[in-house]
Amino acid sequence: MAEKTAVARIVKMFIYLLLIILAAMSIFPFFIMLVNATRSTPQIQQQAVSLIPSSFLLNNMRLLSDRGAFDALLGFRNSIIIAGGTTVLSLYFSSLTAYALTAYKWRLRQGFFTFIMAVMMIPGLVGAIGYARLVWQFELTNNFLPLILPAVAAPTIVFFMRQYLIATLSIDIVNSGRVDGANEFRIFNQIVLPMMKPAVATQAIFIFVASWNTLFLPRLLLINTDMFTMPLMVGLLNADIYRTEFGAIYLALSLSILPLFVLYFALSRYIIAGVQLGGVKE
Amino acid sequence: MVKRHKGVSYAKWGYIFSIPFAVAFLIFTLYPLAYTALLGFTDFDNIAAFMANEFRILDNPFENFQHLLFENQLFRLSMFNTFVIWILNFIPQMTLALALAAWFTRRRNKFRGQATFKMLFYMPNIITAASLAILFSALFMHPIGPINSLLQTLGFDWVNFTDRPWASRLIIVFIQFWMWYGYTMLIMIAGVLGLNPEMYESSEIDGANGVKQFFFITLPNLKSIILFMLVTSIVGGLGMFDIPLLFNDGGPVNTTTTMAVFIARQIQGNVWRYNIASAASMIMFAMVAILSVGVFHMLRDKDAVRLRKEEKALRRSIKAEGGAK
Repeated sequence: MAEKTAVARIVKMFIYLLLIILAAMSIFPFFIMLVNATRSTPQIQQQAVSLIPSSFLLNNMRLLSDRGAFDALLGFRNSIIIAGGTTVLSLYFSSLTAYALTAYKWRLRQGFFTFIMAVMMIPGLVGAIGYARLVWQFELTNNFLPLILPAVAAPTIVFFMRQYLIATLSIDIVNSGRVDGANEFRIFNQIVLPMMKPAVATQAIFIFVASWNTLFLPRLLLINTDMFTMPLMVGLLNADIYRTEFGAIYLALSLSILPLFVLYFALSRYIIAGVQLGGVKE
Repeated sequence: MVKRHKGVSYAKWGYIFSIPFAVAFLIFTLYPLAYTALLGFTDFDNIAAFMANEFRILDNPFENFQHLLFENQLFRLSMFNTFVIWILNFIPQMTLALALAAWFTRRRNKFRGQATFKMLFYMPNIITAASLAILFSALFMHPIGPINSLLQTLGFDWVNFTDRPWASRLIIVFIQFWMWYGYTMLIMIAGVLGLNPEMYESSEIDGANGVKQFFFITLPNLKSIILFMLVTSIVGGLGMFDIPLLFNDGGPVNTTTTMAVFIARQIQGNVWRYNIASAASMIMFAMVAILSVGVFHMLRDKDAVRLRKEEKALRRSIKAEGGAK
């Protein structure tokens, strides 16, 4: 028995070691990035890994704004508009569709739901070329709307909202609204939607982050650099003008990642709980 | 659920509230998808077609598809790259995620700091892939990047990672793995926690240890979630774009060009091959469809088979009972 516990203890120590290595792996790249954002290019060239920040942050900032098109504030603004618009539309209309699928009995209901389940599997990428061509044809490139409006039809979010409504929607509350003379639209806006707050909050984070991070479609539809989203701005860093300014590159990367860090560290508990919801939907 | 209230039918509201989704889906998903499919059969491959919107369906409508599948070396290489990068990332990712899920759901002798570990492991997943790709290309820069600098401190020669096909591929594999194992782990933990705890309790009474529990209880019962993850991973993996594009621009010599990067390259700069890009998109769509239908088929069949078996057993036991009386 004593031998067994000794073995178990050694095994546990090895697992702890692995966990610590993995944790370090999650931190190390970002740590290097943040430290090097404060160091000058010659310092980085001499010694690429340093634990001590230097004093060139402002200098790097100046280099970054002088060099070229990369503009963190502009990218931030554009991404906020697109991701914010996408999130609002996606949440409202997915909840509405989910409500239609749970609260009412209509003949095509089951068929419509099966259809939504089926199209959930279509990767967004496959229609992108035709979509880009159509957007060009209607002269809507360099416009945020073609990137925001598709959010009205988000099958995955409808699926999640429906799951939530099935578990929580009480017919009595809906009926009491009807007795009070509210129409169906008002009942949804003023009674049902506030009830869905927990689901809306969780999904909001994921929709926002997913939209913030996309590159493929914005890359096809946004041409002028002043319309670029954050990932497109980051893509500019591969251009030759930045190639030799390592400090500025690390700073630009830090600026692009910082908003997500803030979001994550403020909400990580909810985010992790939200991801795990995905594992029990079976 | 709610159909009538005082004789009023509310069914029409079901239709009304579904209209925005249906309309947006038709305009922004279905129509572009059909249009992409159409372009794949045309001769839309030059600026004249682009400017005047003049193109026609080819005499041999499948020419673009045949060209891609049988002649275009780059597309075939991009298919190979995509699958290699996906498989090399998926297998270790799934293995580690399962091991972590088993450790983090241990019923006795728990690990400390689990919440912190989970938070750190999942973190890379929400960070912009574009930023990560460029961050790693800076980290692996030669000869003065941080990784090479560490190699030199340890007494090795520096390596020109971005000039070597397999080094570049493996770094992309690593980034994908690093970004996604935390997510897979969280899903697996939720799956394990959703299993019936009595199975573990009774196996403990029978003297099963953690390893045995993992192989005989956890793994078989997570099969459906593992297959589900396989499908979502295939869909995501075949569309891999940001990291191979920005880490090394699909290079060296196209050895990290994935299908999505190939597609994007057909319509950028002064290249206007909308037909080839569309046909390639459709080939990708077909692959995703075949693979996911295959996996779902496996899932459904097993459940149906089990159900049928249980029904048979039940019938037999009823018969036996009847016979005993």
